[in-house]
Order: sequence, then C-alpha cells, then structure tokens
Amino acid sequence: MSAIQLIYLVPLLPLVGFLINGMARNTLSKTATSVIGCGVILLSFIISLTVFFQVNKEGFTPQVVSYFDFINAGKIQVHFAFQVDQLSSLFLLIITGVGFLIHVYSSSYMHEEESPHFARYFAYLNLFVFSMLLLVLGANYLIMFIGWEGVGLCSYLLIGYWFKNVEYGNAAKKAFIMNRIGDLGFLLAIFWMLQAFGSVSFLDLFNPSFGAISSISAINSPTLVGISILLFVGAMGKSAQIPLYTWLPDAMAGPTPVSALIHAATMVTAGIYMIARSNLMYTLSPITMTVVAIIGLATAVFAASIALKQNDIKKVLAYSTVSQLGYMFLGLGVGAYTGAVFHVMTHAFFKALLFLGAGSVIHAMHGEQDIRKMGGLSKHMRITYLTFFIGCIAIAGIPPFSGFFSKDEILAGAFANNPVFYVIGLGGALLTAFYMFRLLSLTFFGKFRGTEEQLHHLHESPSAITIPLIILAVLAAVAGLFGIPEFIIPNAHWLDHFLDPVFAQSKALISHHELSHGTEWTLTVVSSVLILLTSIWAYKKYAAYKGEAAPETGFGKVLQNKWYVDELYDAIIVNPIKSFSIFLNRVVERSGIDGLVNGVGRGVNYTSRQIRLLQNGQAGTYILMMVLGIIVLFIVQIFSR
Amino acid sequence: MGTYITFPELLLWLPVIFGCILFTINDAKTVKRLALISSLLTLGISITSLFFADNSKYFLYNNVSYVWLQYIGSSFAVGLDGLGHMLTFLTAVSFPLIFAATYNTEYKRPNVFYGLMLLSQAGLMGVFVAIDALVFYFFWELALIPVYFLCSKWGGEKRIQATFKFFIYTFVSSLLMLVGIIYIYLQTSPTATAEHSFSVQSFYSVVIAAKDQTWLFIIFFLAFAVKMPMFPFHTWQPDTYEQAPAATTMVLSGIMVKMGVFGVIRWILPIFDESVLRFDNIIIGLSVAGMLYASCLAMVQNDLKRIVAYSSIAHVGLMCATMFALNNTGLTGVMIQMFNHGINVIALWIVVDIIEKHTGIRKLSELGGLAQHTPLLAIFFVIIALANIALPLTNAFIGEFAMFTGLFEFNPWFAAIAGISIILSAVYTLNMIQKVFFGNDNIYTKVVSQVTFKQKLSLSIIVAFIFVLGVYPKPMIKLTNTTVTNVLKLSGPMADK
Amino acid sequence: MQIQWYIFLSVALFCIGIIGVLTRRNSIIVFMCIELMLNAVNLLLVAFSKMHLMNGAAKYPALATDAQLFVFFIMVVAAAEVSVGLAIIVMMYRNTHSVDINFLNRLKN
Repeated sequence: MSAIQLIYLVPLLPLVGFLINGMARNTLSKTATSVIGCGVILLSFIISLTVFFQVNKEGFTPQVVSYFDFINAGKIQVHFAFQVDQLSSLFLLIITGVGFLIHVYSSSYMHEEESPHFARYFAYLNLFVFSMLLLVLGANYLIMFIGWEGVGLCSYLLIGYWFKNVEYGNAAKKAFIMNRIGDLGFLLAIFWMLQAFGSVSFLDLFNPSFGAISSISAINSPTLVGISILLFVGAMGKSAQIPLYTWLPDAMAGPTPVSALIHAATMVTAGIYMIARSNLMYTLSPITMTVVAIIGLATAVFAASIALKQNDIKKVLAYSTVSQLGYMFLGLGVGAYTGAVFHVMTHAFFKALLFLGAGSVIHAMHGEQDIRKMGGLSKHMRITYLTFFIGCIAIAGIPPFSGFFSKDEILAGAFANNPVFYVIGLGGALLTAFYMFRLLSLTFFGKFRGTEEQLHHLHESPSAITIPLIILAVLAAVAGLFGIPEFIIPNAHWLDHFLDPVFAQSKALISHHELSHGTEWTLTVVSSVLILLTSIWAYKKYAAYKGEAAPETGFGKVLQNKWYVDELYDAIIVNPIKSFSIFLNRVVERSGIDGLVNGVGRGVNYTSRQIRLLQNGQAGTYILMMVLGIIVLFIVQIFSR
Repeated sequence: MGTYITFPELLLWLPVIFGCILFTINDAKTVKRLALISSLLTLGISITSLFFADNSKYFLYNNVSYVWLQYIGSSFAVGLDGLGHMLTFLTAVSFPLIFAATYNTEYKRPNVFYGLMLLSQAGLMGVFVAIDALVFYFFWELALIPVYFLCSKWGGEKRIQATFKFFIYTFVSSLLMLVGIIYIYLQTSPTATAEHSFSVQSFYSVVIAAKDQTWLFIIFFLAFAVKMPMFPFHTWQPDTYEQAPAATTMVLSGIMVKMGVFGVIRWILPIFDESVLRFDNIIIGLSVAGMLYASCLAMVQNDLKRIVAYSSIAHVGLMCATMFALNNTGLTGVMIQMFNHGINVIALWIVVDIIEKHTGIRKLSELGGLAQHTPLLAIFFVIIALANIALPLTNAFIGEFAMFTGLFEFNPWFAAIAGISIILSAVYTLNMIQKVFFGNDNIYTKVVSQVTFKQKLSLSIIVAFIFVLGVYPKPMIKLTNTTVTNVLKLSGPMADK
Repeated sequence: MQIQWYIFLSVALFCIGIIGVLTRRNSIIVFMCIELMLNAVNLLLVAFSKMHLMNGAAKYPALATDAQLFVFFIMVVAAAEVSVGLAIIVMMYRNTHSVDINFLNRLKN
C-alpha cells in the first residue's frame, strides 16, 4: 500500500471542502468554515508530502492511476487517470503547501465578510485548489484541460467575488474571456493530437520506448510545430504572456490572498507546467522554442517597464508577476526546463510572500492601495516589513536568496543559447530590481503620507497573517539551496537531479555548448553587482520621496498608461467586433434575412390584393369567365390531339 | 408482431390518451396534477425502456408494426434504436420538468393548454419512434400543430405575427418534404403486399439517380434546416421564442429543435449518400458561418429570451456542421449533445421564466443585482450557463468536445473557425450573468422573492444531470453506439448499398 | 334518324342558353336559360342512350340505360334548384325591388 494509491484523495479533499462550504454556507460559522477550508488543504498537503517522498526514492518510474473511461467515442479514447511523477509531485507540494498558507492567511484577512460570503470565498478557494490539482495530476491533456478551465472558472469567480462592483465584474469577465482565447488554442492542439497520434495521454505520447512523439526523429515536423504553437497559445492565455496578458493586472480586483494564490503562485504557472510536461514536443520543434523564448523575453521586459510607473501596490506586483512569468518562458524557450520549473517554485514562494505582505499593508491601511499615500510603514509593521524586504531581495535576484539562483540559471541558459537574449534578460532583471526597491522604499521608508486617521490605526497584522508571511519568507530565502549551480558546488543541484527523468529525453536532444565555469562566474558576478547597484540606486531615489505629484510626461506617461495596450485592443478588436455585431443585428438580420422573409409575405399579400379585383361581384362576369374557361379547355382538348 | 405492448407504443399512446382526457376536465388543479402524473408515467416507461435498450436482445420489446395502409405499402411501424431511446428519454424527462417548473403559472382554459402540451409530446415521441416514412411525416406535422395553437392562444403581444411566421416557415418546408417522400416512395421496390413501400429499410435501399438526389436532398434538408434552425432559415426562431408561453418555448427549443437534427441523421444521411458528400462543404461552411453569426447577434441582444434563442442557434449550428463531417467521433458527439443541449436549454428557459415572472422584465439593461436577493437562483443560473458554454465536467463539454474533434477530423480549418464561437459564447454568457445577477439591484429586482420548491427541484435535477453526464458520459455514449455505426454503414465514404 | 340532328339541336339549345345567361340581366330569364342548358344536356343524354340501345348494346343494357337515369336525376336536381333559386329571387325582389342580377353585386361588402 503506497501513498500513490491514495493520490485521488489529494484533489478529492478540496472538492469535499468546496461542497461542504458551498452547501452549508448559510449555517456554518466562520470558524467552522475556515477550519474545513484549511483542514482539507492541510490533509492534501500531508498526502502530497508522503507521495513526494515516495517519488523522491531512487529509481522511481512514473505511475498512472486510472479510474474510469472518461470519453470513449470514435477517435477519442480517454481515461480519467492521474499521473504521479517528479514534475507533478513537485507541483502538488507547491500548490497544497502555498495553498494551505494562503488559506490560513485568508481566514484572518477575510474575517470582516459576512458569514455566507465568507463560506463562499472558502468554497471558491477550495474549488480552485481542486482544479489546480486536477490540472497537474491529469495523466493526459484532456484531464489537464479540465483543470485548466476549472482554474479559469475559479479565477473568474474570485476576481468577481465582490459581485456588486461592476468594475470587478468586468475584470473577471475579461480574465475569463482572455483565458478562453488561449483555451481555444489548447483545445485545437488536443484535437490535432487526437487526429495525429490517436491519443492524448502523456505516456502514449512521451514514453521513451513506445511514445508516439518519442519515435519522431524529424526536427520541426509541421505537426509538432503546429501542436506546440497551439499549446503555447493556451499557455499565453493562462500565464499572461503577450499578447494575452492584460487580464492579469485587472485581476487584482479580487481579494489579495486570491491574487497571491491564483495570480502569482499557482494558476498562472500552469502554462509553464504544461510546456515542461510537453518538453519533448518543444525540443523537437526549435521554431516553437524560439517563439516561446522571444515572447517570454518580450513579456519580461515589457511588463517590467510598465511596473516602473505603477502606483497601486498590487498592480506593481501584478506586472512583476507577468514579467517573471516571461522569464520562465524564456527559460523554457532556451531549453533550460529545470531552470524554468525552479523559477516557478521560488517565484511561488517570494511572490506569494510579496502579495500577502501587500495584503497585510492594505489591511493596515484600511484598503488604501496607492503607494504614494504610504511610506514609513517599517516602524509600525516590523514583521510585514522584514518579510517583504526578504521577498524583495529574493525577486530582485540578490545572492544568496532564492530568486538569484533560479533567475541566474535561466539567464545562463539564455546566454548559452543566444547572448542577445542574455543581455535583454539582464536588462529586465535590472528593471525588476529597480521597481521592487521603488515599491519597498515608497511603502516602508520615508515619511508617512497618509491621513492622520490611518496613521492612528496603523498596526501589525494578527498572527494568522504574520505566520504564513514568516514561513514564506524563510522559504523565499533558502529555496535557492535546492538548485545550487554546478559551477559553485558540483553535484549539488538537487532539483536538476530530481527532475532528470522528466527532462532526460529533451536533454539528450539539446546540443548544449556547455559554458565554462569561468564564463558562468563572470556572468553571475556581473549581473549580481549590477542588480545590487540598481537596487541601491532605487532605494536612494525613493526613500526620500515626499509625495510631490508632478504629472508624468513623455515616455513616463506612456509607461504609466501601460503602453496604451488596453486602448489599442479596444480600438482594433473589441469595438470592431461590437460594431460588426450591431451591423449584423440591424442590417443583415432585421433588414436582410427577415426583410427577405417578410418581403415574400408582403409580395404574396400584394399579388392577392391585385387578383382579388377580378372578384367584382358581377354574376355576369363570373359566368362569362366560366364560359371562356370552358371554351379554352375545349380548344386545348382539340388542338392537343 | 408481439403479443405484448411495446415501449414505443406506450410512449406514444400514453400522452395521447391523457391529453384527450385533459380536454374534458374543467378544474384547473386537477388538470395540472393529471398532466404532471401523465408525464411522470411516461418518464417511468422511458426509464424502464432504457434498461431494455439492447436491440440485439430485446428487439421485440422495442419494435412493432401494425397493418395500416397495406395497399400503398405503409404500415404503422414504430421502433426504438439507441438514438430513439435517447430522444424519447429526453422528451419524457423534459415534460415533467417543464410542468413542475411552470406549475404556478395560471393559464386561461388550462385544460386545453395542458391537453395540447401532451399532444405535442405525443407528436414528438412519434417522430422519434417512427420507422415508416408516412408515419414519420404524420407525427412530424402532429407535433407542429399543437405548438401552433399553444403559441397563438397563450403567447405574448405579437403572438399572431410570430406564430404565423413560424407556421408558414415550418409548414411550407415540411410540405416540400412530403413531395420528396412520395417521390422516393415511387422509386422503392415492390413488397409482398404493395407495389412500393414506405418502410425505412426500403427507403435506405433505394438507389436514387444522381440528378434526382440533388433536388430531393435539398427539399428534405430544407425541412430539417428550418426546424433546427440553421442559418439563414432561423429568423422564425427568436420571434417565436420571445412570444410563445414559457412552457412551449421550452418544448420548442429543448426538444423540437432536435427533430431537425434527428431528421437529418435518420432520413438524410443514410438515403442521400452521394449528395451528402457533394454538399458537405457547403453545409458545414454555412453552419459554421451561422454559429459565428448567431454568436455575434447574441452579444448585442438586450432581451434575455433572444440571447438564449441566438445561443441555441449557435449550438445547433455546431451539431449541423458535425453531422455532415460523417465520422464516428462527431456523430457520437452530436447525439450526446442533442440530449445535453435539450436539458441545458430547458434549464436556461426555466431560469429566464422565473426572472420574468418575478420582475416582469427581460431587458438586460434593466436587470441587475439579483444575486443579492436570490443567491440560490444565481448559483443555478451560473452552473447552467457554464454548462451552456461547455465548461469541462459539465455535460455539454463531452458533446462539444467530441463534435469539435469530429469536425477537426473532417477539416481543421472549419474546427478552428467554429472554435471562435467558444470565445464568443463566453462573452455573451458571462455578460448575461453579470448584467442579470451581479451589480447593484434596482426597483424591479428588489422585489424578487425565493424560488418555489418545485422550481428548485426541477433545476436541481437538471444540475444533477449536468454533472453526472459531464463526469461519467459512458452510458450515453454506449447508447448511441449502434446507431452511429448503422448510419455510417449506410452513408459516408464507406457506404455500401 | 341520324344522331347528329339531335346533337345539333342540343348544341343550339345550349348556346341559346349560354347567350341568354350572359346577355340578359333579368334574373328570371337567366334562370330560364340555365334550365334550357340543362335540358339541352338531357336531350343529348337521352339521344345517346337510344342510339346505344339500337346499336346492339343490348348485351349490357345497364350501360345504355344509365344515361336515362341521369336524366331523371338532373330533372330532380333542377326542380330542387328552381325552388331554391326562385326563393332567392323572391327575397331579392323584396329587398331591392329589382330582379336585375347586376344590382346585387354588393355581397362582397
């Protein structure tokens, strides 16, 4: 009896939590709700942990646990099955672990909500964890897709959690629709796989001995390029890459813990998970790899530039998330799969930490999110400040915190692939350091710029909030040790070793020109020094910020308005579709088709009215007509002989 | 001929008998109760029949033929195959739900209303069980006529106009079909008792000349396309749905629309094998265009009923497109989706009806904030709406997934273009949810009270269907299996005649 | 006597009837003309019946006598028709003080 037999409990428990909290939302007390909500996740976490230890044993082979025939129609033969291997078990830990901390945090953060809404919140959150677990556990693309859409749905429900606010509702809708655009790509990829390979299960596709894709040796075969591009379109939507990224900043309308869990730590990394899962397919289509790398890099720099000028604490973090996701895709695109997954892990820790810290700040400031009206909070909120500071260092990439290791691995991979990628990527990393320290300085240093009343109420948050912060801060600080690069200590990269079975086939195919240790040292030192300098510069620049509000001009204004991308989308996509639909409705439907149909009716009416005149009521005319008719019949009869 | 009464007969005559009885009763309460009992009895029979669905074992339970018009070669032959079982089950399960959900609605002359409803149920059953062309045509019209009266007597303000349009549209097209039926009948080979035969087997074995196939195919398809309705023959639908009484709208969009799809599967694909292959691209193209067209229109409607109507056109467009792709995956998807869409759209109408009854309005711009007052209704609606946009683990996903796979197998580009409607459907559905349930309440929506127990019950049953069939669709797929193989044996590239 | 004389006679009678119906406006005369036409047909029927009987159709006398039966039917129907028609004309006269058929074209309203 191994823990893997119990794997179904991992997603099932959150589902049970969702059902209980959802059904009994009017009767459960808030305490009961949060105990159920957090408890199920904790149980899932414990099972995931045992599963993880089992997987971590030497010589573990991926196991598929099949439950029942899901769809069995014609070409579609799909089982409802879970796959347990290194990649999924790692994600299980991140999801349930970070998820549990955020649940605990939420029980305090959301405490002011009315009881049924509080239960609704936890129900949604549990449902989200369920879907996310389904996503990473699925043994084929279809089950993954179920989770994929499920997390999108939960994201929708949670962004629009305060449903009275129309603007939040719009943000939720936008998130769902943008995700659906990506989902269409994912779906088409699934159809294509069913068509080309007759299966969507990972084993059937990627197994080294009998997998359909493993047996393909041709590089850049059109099928694989097509499928991988379509899958990447799906990833673009879910993981907020150019051009489908605009929903993520708007998604900050949801409660802050939601932003931490869904829009930073877990859901948005689903795209990276999917590509890491299909790594062989990508390795075999270098064209797609280049596309992924370029889009990832572009997103990383683009989003970072927007983050420079944002004043909403959550918006800065949101753009930062988009930017970090870009780095992960860069990693995937240059073949540094381990680095990308590593960054997913460290990012989950420090970004969740930053969001939760931001939540703690917002809580203390009574809903104020504008960093220009904060300042000097370090004196009032020691724990929040210290943990936020650690998160900041980690994301900026200052050694020896976690972000340094993971980002460095991606950048090294980029350098090995193409030095231009490295230079642009490093530029993005400097931007990251700059906006994070700007955020830190504006929030925690300098003089308090809020109202008297806010100052009076400033307080450290309760322990349900600070304990998760501390745990995450520790993780953000030390998680880098899971992936110490080769050139510092040989054979100490635990993650690389752990994930080796997943990426083995790809690694064999990628012809890395290995960087010499000397080059790596140079790169690392250069980037670390530059990042450190930028951080100090940003700190210096904004620690003395007084709150002067000179309106932005020129390029700054463009950045502040997010490069006007939303406006651009409205102008070239949304509005034309809307006007076109109105045109269809007014002209084609009403006047065109309906007009034609009604025209036929009117025509019949008109003709009848004309013919009616023959019926003039004169008996004589009728008889004359009759006689004429008879005569005509006679003539016809005679001449037709 | 069996010595016992077969399932199709029971399903057919029970509503007829109860319908006729209802006409004679004057007490409104008794009428409602009897109608509900009748529909529940029918449901019971239908559920029982599902246990005997295997035609290789229980053929005599499911098929029967009576001497009817012997000398012209027509017999009163009714039978159930997998598809028939599923659609009769849909019909049987819909009526109790409809009656229960609209139980509190008061009608003028309820005996006539419910009597006609049951007669239309009988007509629908007849269409789905007929295995003789003349019987099929007979029931095809029989299903139409009660609906015509229901709409024109109990409908909204512009009911006469809308019903007239509906009637002319469907009647003209079905008359054309009658011409086609007779023409094919004259080509059939002689049987023991008559020179020609109306039975479905002889129709399937007729060899029709290519030049005749084309026009015959067109007039047959026209009849079914109007009923479905397929773009551009759809304009009767939003008007009729808007004007018809809620219960009738549910019957119309839930079941009657499926008559068109069913007709194509039973009477077009196996008979006109060459024309189907010749016209497939045109019809699929038109259907796909229709899907996008209807989705676009749904986005700009302001009336709840019209949104649901256009969304229904979009969904049926996918079914129509996939049928002509003629492959196993797609056809299975179409059949499953016929049931699932029927159930889901009825649920949508129930919610729309509740909203209209409570607030008196259907305009999106005037609604809002209902979730604050009836959270339960909001939950139901969100689930049903999500099923309508085919979210995974809901029933519609299974059908749409299989259909899209089938369409992709036929031509990836069609599937990709049709896929855009997945996005558009999310746009209008979420917009509808938001405008109706979220946001702030106003004077109209403040007065909304809780839903009744019967409504809750029917919605819960539908939601149960949504999830059960969404997670475990295997029984449905199994049910349709033989029909799919039979149709494909007679039609498509591998047809043997 | 040759059959054609009978035919000429009845055609003549029939045409007189038709012309009368078409040209006269007095409804009673119109009525009489209709009777004339009916009787022209009757005459023809009887003539043909007689012809068939003489030409050795005695094997199937029923075939030939059918025509004479028709004549009786027509006469009965004509009688019934006259009674109804005359009643209508009387009513018409009472209402309009005229028997002009063109006077009564207002039924359409």
